[in-house]
Amino acid sequence: MTSDPVVLIDGRELELSPGERLNAIQAAERVGIQIPHYCWHPGLTVVGSCRMCLVEVGTRDAATGEISMMPKLIPGCNTPVRDGMVIVTNSEKVQQARAMVEEDLLLRHPIDCPICDKAGECLLQDYHFQYGRDERRADIRPFTSRRRDIGDVTLFVDRCVMCSRCVRFCREISGTNELMVVNRGAHEEIDVAPGFPLANNLSGNVVDLCPVGALGDKDFLYRQRVWYMRRHMGVCTGCATGCSIWVEENQDRIYRLKPRENPQVNRWWICNEGRYGYPHVHHDQRLAQPLRRDGQVPVDLDWTALPAELLERLRSAGRLAAVLSPYLSVEEAYLLATLVRGIDREARLVLGPVPVVGEDERFPNGFIISSEKCPNRRGVEEIIARFENGRITALDHFLPELADGQIAGVWFSGGYKNANWIEEEKARPLAAVKLLVVQDLFPSAISALATYELPAAAFAERDGSYVNRNDHLQSVRWAIRPPHGVRPEGTLYWEMLGRSGLYNAREVLREIAAEIPYFHAAGAGVPDVGLNLKVNSLAERT
Amino acid sequence: MADYEPVLLANIHKEGSHRLAVYEAGGGYRTLRRVLQERSPAGVIEVIRASNLRGRGGAGFPTGLKWSFLPADHPGPFYMCVNADESEPGTFCNRVQMELDPHQVIEGIILSCYATRANTAYIYLRYEYPLALERLETALAECRDKGYLGKNILGHDFSLDIHVHRGAGAYICGEETGLIESLEGKRAWPRIKPPFPAVEGLFRKPTVVNNVETLTCVLHILDRGADWFKSIGTPSDPKNPRDPGSYGPKLYGISGHVERPGLVELPLGVPCRELIEEHAGGLRQGRRAKAVVPGGLSTGVMTESELDIPLDFSGPLRVGCLGLGTAGVIVLDETYSMIDFLHNSCRFFAHESCGQCTPCREGTHWAVAMLQRIKAGRGRLKDLDLLLEIADNIGIIPGTTICGLADGAAWPIKTTLRKFREEFVDHIKQTNPGGYTAQSPPPAMALVHK
Repeated sequence: MTSDPVVLIDGRELELSPGERLNAIQAAERVGIQIPHYCWHPGLTVVGSCRMCLVEVGTRDAATGEISMMPKLIPGCNTPVRDGMVIVTNSEKVQQARAMVEEDLLLRHPIDCPICDKAGECLLQDYHFQYGRDERRADIRPFTSRRRDIGDVTLFVDRCVMCSRCVRFCREISGTNELMVVNRGAHEEIDVAPGFPLANNLSGNVVDLCPVGALGDKDFLYRQRVWYMRRHMGVCTGCATGCSIWVEENQDRIYRLKPRENPQVNRWWICNEGRYGYPHVHHDQRLAQPLRRDGQVPVDLDWTALPAELLERLRSAGRLAAVLSPYLSVEEAYLLATLVRGIDREARLVLGPVPVVGEDERFPNGFIISSEKCPNRRGVEEIIARFENGRITALDHFLPELADGQIAGVWFSGGYKNANWIEEEKARPLAAVKLLVVQDLFPSAISALATYELPAAAFAERDGSYVNRNDHLQSVRWAIRPPHGVRPEGTLYWEMLGRSGLYNAREVLREIAAEIPYFHAAGAGVPDVGLNLKVNSLAERT
Repeated sequence: MADYEPVLLANIHKEGSHRLAVYEAGGGYRTLRRVLQERSPAGVIEVIRASNLRGRGGAGFPTGLKWSFLPADHPGPFYMCVNADESEPGTFCNRVQMELDPHQVIEGIILSCYATRANTAYIYLRYEYPLALERLETALAECRDKGYLGKNILGHDFSLDIHVHRGAGAYICGEETGLIESLEGKRAWPRIKPPFPAVEGLFRKPTVVNNVETLTCVLHILDRGADWFKSIGTPSDPKNPRDPGSYGPKLYGISGHVERPGLVELPLGVPCRELIEEHAGGLRQGRRAKAVVPGGLSTGVMTESELDIPLDFSGPLRVGCLGLGTAGVIVLDETYSMIDFLHNSCRFFAHESCGQCTPCREGTHWAVAMLQRIKAGRGRLKDLDLLLEIADNIGIIPGTTICGLADGAAWPIKTTLRKFREEFVDHIKQTNPGGYTAQSPPPAMALVHK
């Protein structure tokens, strides 16, 4: 008879599933015990050098229950837990070792927390309060904080605790090897080789990895104290990889995006393009006023009467078509399709332009920055396929059809992150359309032709689900409120469909899941890390 | 023991001792020829195990046992790293061997590689030994010409090549995994163990790292037999079944305030006092010894009254030292200040700390800062306790670092402060009469604006 392996951590028993590989830090976390650590990170190799995670380890005799401890302290990060292992994380010996490491790390630290960006989310601060000493015993003069530009990020040389996470990241994850340790002993510093600055598309992650304030994000530097910000779960809409992110905002202004751990999509990382891809949200050129351009002078509209007016115009227009942007969420695409089909049963549904830039960028650890720069082509395609019996028409094939004048009304959904994303030449066929409704973030050649120009919501302002390139669906809620004058797509469609109450993306997704087999797995709710529609539907079929 | 006939140093006084012809004339490579014919690799390991040979590099780990950790079913390749990065202060035995008798070293390496199934060996040579480099390179070329190295050595199906890799001058490269990292072209940051090098070492293959002197002992054990080896030295303690004893000859390097500093080969276990008085001519100018480092700086110090302990693997442990170390004996006479000694020692280890583990990187640096202050006449009695606290809490013995450098840094502090505390107290009281009782350091802001 074999039973599952059992580990004893500070007197609490943890049962492991067979074959599970955890180190002492991970095992302790399972039973709610924090083992402090700097250098260890689940995504990087183990170096065991910060010595903050030292614990006492022993074994329990299965037959007698007798516990024998090893005399030495052992780093938890390099200790795989085994059956019968005993881990003690709160003994006096362990606490003394932690206090000493904390004291050591602060010997030459500039202690410039008041001007440090990391203050408030700094492990050195947190651990010092929890495990450090009250008094300073050393009279070593703290260093002044030297600042050095090493490329994509700013290095505050003397705040560093030499955990080498950033160095390992550049070796193991980005594979670009820019960062290194120079000098020896207490003179050690992180640096780059002359002429080879830190410059890769994942470099922003080193700032997140840094447990202290040594690596400063140039975009975020000195812009906000971290304790003023609230964070919301989000999904990056920068490309078809669909990384999980945290949207960190204060009073409806985004200050930074950070990766959210998701083992099935992005693990712990996001690319710089996604990380710094939020300024369009607060851009002053964003559309913020619904307009009607019937006559010579555009008329400012009020949202109150607008849904009814739009419905009226659509009903009287004749043959309809809707361009479903790959920036729409699954729910929005579904509502829009339902809306136009509800008015004209033969309305055409067309996939909006899919922006593709260059080729996929692949990193040695498997991280991919997709060349397809929109979040939801797969999801929108599946919605269109449902309504169009599997036929997916691209905008380029659809536009020539407008020439014969049969289609009188087009609803064009946008969400593109820059102004003038389409050439005037290409948009020209839309000029023939009698009723053109455009909802987009920025003015473009298409919005200039619009009968109704409606402002759209940015990614952090909407509820909804996105399906990435690997058929992985993630649902998020809004993080910030849209600017005054903007009504998110989902809300507008919901109202126009005459549904009661507030827009409820979850309810829509349930409907979609019940109706479209591809989305079936999402019917029972979507976990924070999302779920893979392909894997789940395959699993259901067998 | 005055009639001991040197074995390891038997050749060095011959004219042209570093040439192959001279070495062969004295019976060189005879053992290699015989062993390749008569013994299997496993047989060689068996002889070494039976001899209880312990590594001469400092830790005294049984060599046969180390070799037996190599995984039997591994497809290879296996590597041999020869640790010739002799950088422990006070140690120079490998240097003499490599400069004056390089063929003895090479024959020992070939035999050890045969035993450990290694087809490539790297000699990690200390940068500061240019003559050894030249002599080793010449000797290796001679061996390749003669067929002692290369494919199918002496007609046997065993092949081996030896490369000399010159270090760049770092103490940490003498730590076995630091050495391996450095050989791989990386920064010499010792690796976290397990896995041990025998399982995953150089280029992630099973690797044995041995000291030069250990490998020459291997040669003589295979030449004369394990029984001969065990007839020399201190037998194992019958009361301690885990004590492998201290057998065989050992090279003792003597430096410091003695009349005749130098290298001498003696059986393990020679009493320290006898070594100093009979083999080094006693202290210079007839002075008294104040402190003696038994085996390289990192082992700590002994006082004059402790000099009767035997210099074998367990002797120095009995007086609180870290061990025999490399048997580099450093003698300090009564005129020497222990404050200067400790400051110099701490400065060395702070300079050589690789900077990987927090306690060692910061602790060694902090100790230097404190000793500098004590020397400058601003010491506090409390500093002595702080120094001891640092020393007691760094190293692999308490478990707070990856490698043993920190233990080496801690032992001189521990032993000096415990054995010579009076001297430190007197110094602090005399030089800082107004402030020696201060308990807390000045506030941090006061330090910033100074």
